[in-house]
Amino acid sequence: MNKQHSQPPRAVDFDRLNRAWYIDKAVQLLVFVGGISAVIFIIGIFVFITKEGLGFIIGDFSFTEFFFSQNWRPTSEKQTTYGILALIAGTASVTGLAMLIAIPFSLGTAIYIAEFATGKTREYLKITVELLAAIPSVVWGFIGLTMMNPLIIDLFDVPVGLSVLNAGIILGLMAAPIMTSIAEDALKAVPDRYREAAEALGATRWQVIFKVVLPAAKNGLLGAVLLGVGRGFGETMAVLMATGHSINIPGSIFDSVRALTATIAAELGETAVGSQHYQALFTIGISLFVITFIINLIADLIIRDVRKG
Amino acid sequence: MVTPDSQVEVMASTATPIKLGVKNLSIKYGQEAALDNISLDIHEHEIFGIIGPANAGKTSFLKAINRMDLFNPEMQVDGLIEFSGHDISKVRNVYGLRSRIGVVFPLPVGLPLSVYDNVALAPRLSGENNKAELNVIVERCLRRAALWDEVKDRLDSLGSLLSGGQQQRLTIARALSQEPELLMLDEFSIAVDPVTTMRIEDVLKELKQEMTIILVTNLVQQARRLADRTAFFLDGKCLDIGITEDLFTGEVSDPRTRDYVEGRFG
Ligand SMILES: Nc1ncnc2c1ncn2[C@@H]1O[C@H](COP(=O)(O)OP(=O)(O)OP(=O)(O)O)[C@@H](O)[C@H]1O
Ligand SMILES: [Mg+2]
Repeated sequence: MNKQHSQPPRAVDFDRLNRAWYIDKAVQLLVFVGGISAVIFIIGIFVFITKEGLGFIIGDFSFTEFFFSQNWRPTSEKQTTYGILALIAGTASVTGLAMLIAIPFSLGTAIYIAEFATGKTREYLKITVELLAAIPSVVWGFIGLTMMNPLIIDLFDVPVGLSVLNAGIILGLMAAPIMTSIAEDALKAVPDRYREAAEALGATRWQVIFKVVLPAAKNGLLGAVLLGVGRGFGETMAVLMATGHSINIPGSIFDSVRALTATIAAELGETAVGSQHYQALFTIGISLFVITFIINLIADLIIRDVRKG
Repeated sequence: MVTPDSQVEVMASTATPIKLGVKNLSIKYGQEAALDNISLDIHEHEIFGIIGPANAGKTSFLKAINRMDLFNPEMQVDGLIEFSGHDISKVRNVYGLRSRIGVVFPLPVGLPLSVYDNVALAPRLSGENNKAELNVIVERCLRRAALWDEVKDRLDSLGSLLSGGQQQRLTIARALSQEPELLMLDEFSIAVDPVTTMRIEDVLKELKQEMTIILVTNLVQQARRLADRTAFFLDGKCLDIGITEDLFTGEVSDPRTRDYVEGRFG
């Protein structure tokens, strides 16, 4: 039909490589380089840390002592021992408690913001959560030290308030806002037609959320939790201030502990570069790296399993 | 039409050149076969119907023609597909190939752009920036898709906010804006009311002068109204292919074809 008064767009010859094709290839290359350099950076950091800790690992390193002794005595006069079991226990207990607190909090908040809150309420809540996420960790440590400490002593009638409980609460509150943000994004990304389809079946709002929205957002939610766990393992300042920083395998949540990261932060400045102590601290760094990697790997496997099932 | 060398076949293939030649096409998703050894030719300026129950592999067939296996590592395509005589697996610029083929998928996808920009997207991608030209293209395509009268006053509103049937027609208008040589429609009328469907069908009959059309449809009567020739797919096999009317009244090579078109299936 009336083809005369309009030039049809020229069809691209599919054996000719035009400008768009070259741009496409160039961008693909650029993105590829970006991805690869991220990997190279990670490997570079890993190599650096490993190199620094290497002398210890191939020299005086005793696997059993390092991982299964609870004595971390790097500056002992009589005999230095490097056992990080207590430090691992410290980090794990604080992170575990923090997640027990942060997961329900952040999930609940995220569900409320994404599914129930409307209009202004929603906007204000989102801004508040983002503000909370911006509080620096040293401020949280300060709160732990000066507010939570006396509060715990009074409330539970214990001699010290710098403990797993204190650090766990602080870390949980610290991780919750960013976890909320990510979880909310994951929930918002679930298309409305899923909700509509479930609602049409007479499902209540809670049933829609529990049966349809949460499963659909599963990967994003797991990502949020992982980020929280990573935060817990990596957090240094607040944990240093709120745990009491004493080497212990905690018997209860009221015991003081010491974290892997806090140990590195507190001691690295005082050690001679290249000394055994210095290398042992780097070996802690390697361990942190490996632990984080394993956690991510497990999460990945869980996601794949979920997808298959 | 039962035997490939019957009179009509020979006439059709000598009268008009072949737009799309398919030989021994098989499609697999992982281990699972979706299409098994299909061979057929589609002529220029014909409407070629494909009918068949769910899971027959109709959509997969269209995907293979548009090289959609390229970004789906699961999807594995074997066999030869020739578009205007070019083996599409050897095409250097696959985007160029796709810009010559228009596809309308069963679920309407109004892109989150204005109605105008939805239709102007493809011409712009291929370098058309003249405002007046674009206006002409947009109006012509929307008219052909029987949507112009409903949206001419709201060309700036979001395409994704139109009603389902309107989005479907917007999708058709968008496909036409490429001025494709081959238009592939996959159950285009699924969300469109019967009156509008009839209007679009009339447009398709006219469009046949300009392009080749593959019409996948679940409505056998729609195939009967529109398609010059029709193929019947079942479970990944092509059981019958021939002049459309023959599937309904003539001789069929597989009794299941007749059962299907007469609604006596399963
Ligand atoms: N992206 C995909 N990944 C894996 N399997 C797929 C994919 N798309 C289609 N299939 C499989 O290919 C087979 C044929 O599907 P196809 O969509 O081609 O059927 P159809 O004839 O279009 O059916 P309908 O009439 O219901 O649209 C089905 O078994 C389907 O499960
Ligand atoms: Mg289909």
